[in-house]
Amino acid sequence: MKAIVNIQLKQGVLDPQGKAVHHALGALGFKDVEDVRIGKQIVLKLDQNDPEKAKAEVKEMCEELLANTVIEDYEIEIVS
Amino acid sequence: MKTAIVVFPGTNCDYDTQYACEMMGSKTEFVWHKETALPKETDLVILPGGFSYGDALRSGSIARFSPVMKSVIDFAGKGGKVLGICNGFQILLESRLLPGAMKRNANLHFISKHHHLKVVENDNDFLKALKSGDIVNIPIAHGEGNYYIDDENLQKLYDQGQVLLTYCDAEGNPLNPNGSVDAIAGICNREKNVFGLMPHPERAMETLLGSADGVSMLAGLFR
Repeated sequence: MKAIVNIQLKQGVLDPQGKAVHHALGALGFKDVEDVRIGKQIVLKLDQNDPEKAKAEVKEMCEELLANTVIEDYEIEIVS
Repeated sequence: MKTAIVVFPGTNCDYDTQYACEMMGSKTEFVWHKETALPKETDLVILPGGFSYGDALRSGSIARFSPVMKSVIDFAGKGGKVLGICNGFQILLESRLLPGAMKRNANLHFISKHHHLKVVENDNDFLKALKSGDIVNIPIAHGEGNYYIDDENLQKLYDQGQVLLTYCDAEGNPLNPNGSVDAIAGICNREKNVFGLMPHPERAMETLLGSADGVSMLAGLFR
């Protein structure tokens, strides 16, 4: 079973990388971009066949290590 | 007096920190991160700067789970004095011994230069040798020093005298190199025994190396 974790800075927390990329896209002529947020994706391969259990376990991993919940939000997707 | 200097894989300011502590008259002992106890009669623990675990995931996020950190957290819980410098500060934030978090510098650059700092609060064991409003010149060297805390908790920091240092220019006017909330460079916990700062006082111990302001900055901890 595979779990995909997407981590992003919380709304309202300024994202310096996103801001720089937004600026660069503007310089390249992409004028329609209203906002850019950059996050990270962590892909976990798990020895677990129960999607509920897998999700609970990955949630624990996010709270303890994978995300810093002071500034980051995370989303977990379980794919078999 | 004995200072325990914790060494993680990737720590690179351990010897500078030892030099500074011994100059201030303290005995020192390096403590490898796999140790499960601090040396007997430790008076002060320093988490020095560097790039523990190569800054993987987030600066300080892996070091937080090193075996020695449990002892450091216990030591702090019993009122023991802990100082985190640069990566050490990041580890204290990740360990939740201090509030807030670090982001990439606002300009995305690694910044390495001398910078002036203003003492905000000196009513604590760390900065008691300085006066509020004093300006010191101390090197900074970091890529993730953009301190973030939400408004509510920022207010608490001010109310409880936990904002210790802010970045400024030579005259004390606000100057923010990295985008930190209110240009904050250093804070402490509510109990005022755990201190964290991004600048490197241990690199400012000799006039020959650009500044000796680190001596007065560290003096309080060694009195």
